[in-house]
Amino acid sequence: MDRYILSVLVNNHSGVLSRIAGLFSRRGYNIDSLSVGTTEDPEVSRMTIVVYGDHTVLEQITKQLAKLIDVLHIKELKRKDSVYRELLLIKVCATQQNRSEVVQITDIFKAKIIDVDAASVSMEITGDQDKLSAFIRLIEPFGIKEIVRTGMSAIGRGDETISDDMNRKEM
Amino acid sequence: MKMRGAKILIECLKEQGVDTVFGFPGGAVLNIYDELYKNSDSIKHILTAHEQGAAHAADGYARATGKVGVCIATSGPGATNLVTGIATAYMDSSPMVAITGNVPVSLLGKDSFQEVDIAGVTMPITKHNYIVKDVKKLAETIREAFYIAQEGRPGPVLIDIPKDVTAFETEYEYAEPKTISRHGELIKEDDLIKALELIKAAKNPVIYAGGGIIRSKASKEFLEFAETIQAPVGVSLMAKGSFPAAHKQYMGMIGMHGSKVANMSVSRSDLLIVIGARFSDRVVSKADRFARKAKILHIDIDPAEINKNIRTYHHVIGDVREVLIKMKGLMKDSYKHEEWMEQIAQWKVKYPIRVTTENQRPRDILVKIHEILGEEAVIVTEVGQHQMWAAQFFKFSKPDTFITSGGLGTMGFGTGAAMGAQLGKPDKQIVSIAGDGSFQMNCNELGTLAKYNIPVVIVLMNNHTLGMVRQWQTLFYDKRYSETNLDHPIKWVQLADAFGVKGLSLSATDDIESVLREAFAANGPVLIDCEIPIDDKVLPMVAPGAPIEDVILSVDPITN
Repeated sequence: MDRYILSVLVNNHSGVLSRIAGLFSRRGYNIDSLSVGTTEDPEVSRMTIVVYGDHTVLEQITKQLAKLIDVLHIKELKRKDSVYRELLLIKVCATQQNRSEVVQITDIFKAKIIDVDAASVSMEITGDQDKLSAFIRLIEPFGIKEIVRTGMSAIGRGDETISDDMNRKEM
Repeated sequence: MKMRGAKILIECLKEQGVDTVFGFPGGAVLNIYDELYKNSDSIKHILTAHEQGAAHAADGYARATGKVGVCIATSGPGATNLVTGIATAYMDSSPMVAITGNVPVSLLGKDSFQEVDIAGVTMPITKHNYIVKDVKKLAETIREAFYIAQEGRPGPVLIDIPKDVTAFETEYEYAEPKTISRHGELIKEDDLIKALELIKAAKNPVIYAGGGIIRSKASKEFLEFAETIQAPVGVSLMAKGSFPAAHKQYMGMIGMHGSKVANMSVSRSDLLIVIGARFSDRVVSKADRFARKAKILHIDIDPAEINKNIRTYHHVIGDVREVLIKMKGLMKDSYKHEEWMEQIAQWKVKYPIRVTTENQRPRDILVKIHEILGEEAVIVTEVGQHQMWAAQFFKFSKPDTFITSGGLGTMGFGTGAAMGAQLGKPDKQIVSIAGDGSFQMNCNELGTLAKYNIPVVIVLMNNHTLGMVRQWQTLFYDKRYSETNLDHPIKWVQLADAFGVKGLSLSATDDIESVLREAFAANGPVLIDCEIPIDDKVLPMVAPGAPIEDVILSVDPITN
């Protein structure tokens, strides 16, 4: 099974998220993460959907999504042409004795400490999934208390935007 | 001009040319019904016994006329009662607009009396749906709903309108309905040329025709296409009527209850030309053995159908009629496959749809109906054995003359759908072929037929059992007839009479023709209770999961 990143422009209505989530669950598509927010156009939201499957599944997902009236455009963002990012918030056990070690790892990964307590440190880190996984692996021995992830967001490299892509395909 | 929401709704229905709606009133739609009352000379409202009947009627109306069917229900239970009807329309791509009332906007989400999130419920069974919370958006929403219901692959759209929105006022201005484009300009010429090359190169091409031909009104173009390329035609249930059954290239249905010739030819074919069909599991059966020697050439309006169930070799996306017209324009050479047609003709003689004692009586009744009414009659069915017999034994030759729930297989579809079809096509005789199991599900609509004197003739194939399920229990469950006996002491003729519908009885020995003629001469709704043997079978049959060429032609050796 391969991983595919889909960037989807949708109408910014209530109910659109449930249409899309419903489509994935009822057709049995594996969804790894879905993140959504408004865009430069307040009428339009952009979703980044990470799906697993083979190419046939991807083809079906794309076509079924395209049938939804609220879906305006779909673009697969391939790794070589895109930047993938995810935000991770993490709370780790850290006592006075080992706090400096935690801070050291934080520095190496360019993570940021956002809260400190007598028994724990909270951090934020952004990056692609490999970087976040590596960070978690190194920080794990200290004892992870909780993790929050946003799911992936992705954007194409270069000057071209997803709207350019949409307009070109409409013509 | 300033108007309240309910009046805007009615005006928008008029814009769309709606003259008949099916529904049932209730608290949340009181304002709408008040406007219907005032506009009863331009829009006829048919009061059904149950909202499900209204949904099936709107669907039947749509299928018979090609226009959008409209049904109206109140909030909560009214809305949920539409669900089966909406799902039925969705599975068979029938254009429908369902309008539901809901509690006022301020009470939404508070578990108010008769509140249901019908937009949430119908999300997977509509092309699109709306909750209109602002009266200023009402007119554009209704117009968009009608457009979506008809554009591309048709389907149902639901509009949920909170009660206060029907009372609020806003400006209304008449608008012409948006033209429904067939998007012929989007069909790629290269795709057509390649398709024609494949057809030319094929030795044993077979056409698998689907309901898309009927939805796109492409029967004429399809007949021409099939005759030009001289390939045999197998159909899905939904394509009955898309191609004349008496034509020498016609082979009958493909699939579970398909003909031996059709199934065999698909299995031997080197090119399967699939037109407006979607490879339903009832056609394909065992997917990895389906047409395994053939390249698949798929022509369909819905890109999502390409490679969904079966991988295609080549495809053309577009409205079937547009595709066929454009393809004709590009034909240069001869595409005939005469030798192959010769072979098919021989098979047709060798393997006719056999008339066995296993379905003699229902067949005699159906053939007689066909004989009396000819090709113009519209046949509506419920779901089960009688449905398959109707599909097999009527020689349909025109589109929109066979109305059946193919995709969802909805028992209880027939009476409502026949009512809708009859109102849409008042000059045609509508016959509903029913089974006693299916008919019982919505027999309350007999009252509606009587109230409006809708002259539908219901032919009830009464075998006192759920025949299709019993057939499976006989063949695959060692005759353990679990809960399929319908030995209720229902007197159907008296039931019809109680509803104000003429009831006739056709016993196993009665003369079929005289009873049928009496029914068709009645000028009003009639129910004929036709006694048929309990163990009649639908044959041929392919066992579930078996490859389609493994056709069971008779079950006598198995049952013995």
